[in-house]
Amino acid sequence: MHQTEAFNERIDKALHNDQSRRNFRSTMSGLMQKRAEQFPQDDELQNIRDQARAIRSHSLTNLPDLLEKLEKKLTENGIQVHWAETADQANETIYQILKAADAKTLVKGKSMVSEETDLNHYLEKREIDVLESDLGEFIIQLAHEPPSHIVAPAIHKNKQEVAQLFHQFFPELGYTEDIDKLTLMAREILREKFEKADAGISGVNFAVAETGTLCLVENEGNGRLSTTSPNLHIAITGIEKVVEKLSDIPPLLSILTRSATGQPVTTYFNMISSPRKENEKDGPQAVHLVLLDNRRSRIRMDEELLDTLRCIRCGACINHCPVYVQVGGHAYGTVYPGPIGTVLEPQLHGIDKIGTLTSACSLCGACGEVCPVRIPLPQLINRLRAESVNAERSEAHIKGKGSMRKNSEFTSWKIWKSIYGNPIFYRTFLWLATRFRFITPPGISAWTHYRTAPKPAVKSLHELAKLEGFDHE
Amino acid sequence: MSKSRENILAHLRQKRSHVTESPSTYLPQHNWSQAEKLERFMERMRAVRTEVIQLPDSDWIGWLNTELPKRELNRVLVGTNETGATFTRKADSSLDIRTYDQNIEQWKNELFTQVDAGLTTTRGGIAETGSLILWPDADEPRLMSLAPPVHIALLEANTLYETFAEAMHEQAWAREMPTNALLISGPSKTADIEQTLAYGIHGPKQLIVLILGK
Repeated sequence: MHQTEAFNERIDKALHNDQSRRNFRSTMSGLMQKRAEQFPQDDELQNIRDQARAIRSHSLTNLPDLLEKLEKKLTENGIQVHWAETADQANETIYQILKAADAKTLVKGKSMVSEETDLNHYLEKREIDVLESDLGEFIIQLAHEPPSHIVAPAIHKNKQEVAQLFHQFFPELGYTEDIDKLTLMAREILREKFEKADAGISGVNFAVAETGTLCLVENEGNGRLSTTSPNLHIAITGIEKVVEKLSDIPPLLSILTRSATGQPVTTYFNMISSPRKENEKDGPQAVHLVLLDNRRSRIRMDEELLDTLRCIRCGACINHCPVYVQVGGHAYGTVYPGPIGTVLEPQLHGIDKIGTLTSACSLCGACGEVCPVRIPLPQLINRLRAESVNAERSEAHIKGKGSMRKNSEFTSWKIWKSIYGNPIFYRTFLWLATRFRFITPPGISAWTHYRTAPKPAVKSLHELAKLEGFDHE
Repeated sequence: MSKSRENILAHLRQKRSHVTESPSTYLPQHNWSQAEKLERFMERMRAVRTEVIQLPDSDWIGWLNTELPKRELNRVLVGTNETGATFTRKADSSLDIRTYDQNIEQWKNELFTQVDAGLTTTRGGIAETGSLILWPDADEPRLMSLAPPVHIALLEANTLYETFAEAMHEQAWAREMPTNALLISGPSKTADIEQTLAYGIHGPKQLIVLILGK
């Protein structure tokens, strides 16, 4: 199967990159510890998780009404709202806005939704100069690599690699591996871009329907600069990011930053409710919001999978995933890696395209335990595994459902079921398996690459028990 | 494009779900005294390398006139409000006070390259997280606290709230939001290289908070 082979190849490549594995291990351990320190009292953590979950669930239940309310408020405030069903529509909408404003240079704040739509390539093909301004995003843009983590996109690189990259592109600034100096170098390089860019693009962490407010969470100031300095600001977000009330924001912000990076709050929390007003002296004169569906409305149809959309993109599930920490973000081959990616990506692109991700999970449950909005990630992964081999018609709107079903596997389980469901068959099978143990194969493909082949014992446990004088089981 | 809108809303409305009650407002209470609030605020702010100065006599002009020349922060940007006007009148003669009195288009390059520090007021502070609340406006535009390498903020001690939720509730933000509302909790920082904290990436490299009164 093509997708599985490709996934295995990426995993193999990741497992052979010792440097990047060390980077992931140390970073994830640090993030796990910092998060834990932010929640010294378990009851407070559980209360705020309940609150965050209730707010997000309420948003999703009332999604169409809240989106209309959001649109109405934003429009009243002077922010123009656009709707896009697909990634291409979103990209084209943004391109048309830029074209109409004759905007050629762009600074971008971090936006995972724009990664989802592959906006940068779309615009670059149309001769628009796009610059990622978040330090991590800037680094991977120079390296032509996708993000390996949704919060820390360049975490697979160490400082030596960043130093070499900067030296390659900006030799005039000299070579240094000092992180403080590298940071200041990036400041120098990007300062002029912020000043001169024609437009700024950003994501949205929360959109408040009650007041028509777009909220952005960040530490660097690049998000503020991208949304304040250029004369045009375009924000892009998934339709699920709306919340009803302004008072929903403090608990969500608090649990987001603490879960994501173990900070009580980020340096900047930027709330935008309108373009520059008449007497104001700065800020963009036009602000647009692009609302992207990209199958979210289909995910919402399913009573169980709907929980996927509660996600506030903190990345805690990724940080705590024992699989992610071994293979890193690129092995997934998707925009969103780790547990949330495993649940979201097959629903966005189809099980036939990327359903194999669900096999990269030990169902240990760590992701579900740390999720700030209580998404039952292990259950959802299990559900998608079931859907991937489910040939029956079900209500779920999942593309490629049943596409990973193998007849050999299906037949094996059918035989297993008939043997284990009948005492006479079961005893006969045991008797045969122990007596003919010499014919079991010495190698069973992937299973025996790292393990010895299983061989039935000379006598079954039932027989041994009988010999010991136990009457019946 | 309006077709996309209709399609998305139609898909969403295909699912029949009962309208639910909004979750109740989350308002955690710490019951801190004023002294505790101040202490917590300063502790949190200093943990992220903010310079916090208490001025019980509220003599911020005296402090600025002493400190700014010493630190070679000579070109200081002020707003067109009372605070800006007062400082312009009383500033030490060695300082070059620039007032943000024209649209950004007229002087963007100067603002980005030739201002040493921006001086702003605040709408309050949050003790729990060590945050400043700013509502930039026509008199104190948005870039004042963002473009210059140093941001100096004046905070009235009696405008400290325990939590963000409390500040939002007490100041009735939901009634009408400004163009831009901000929480600022320290100087600009990043941990994008090896998760190592580095200050001064894109926003101000330094944040100085002067707490006025007790």
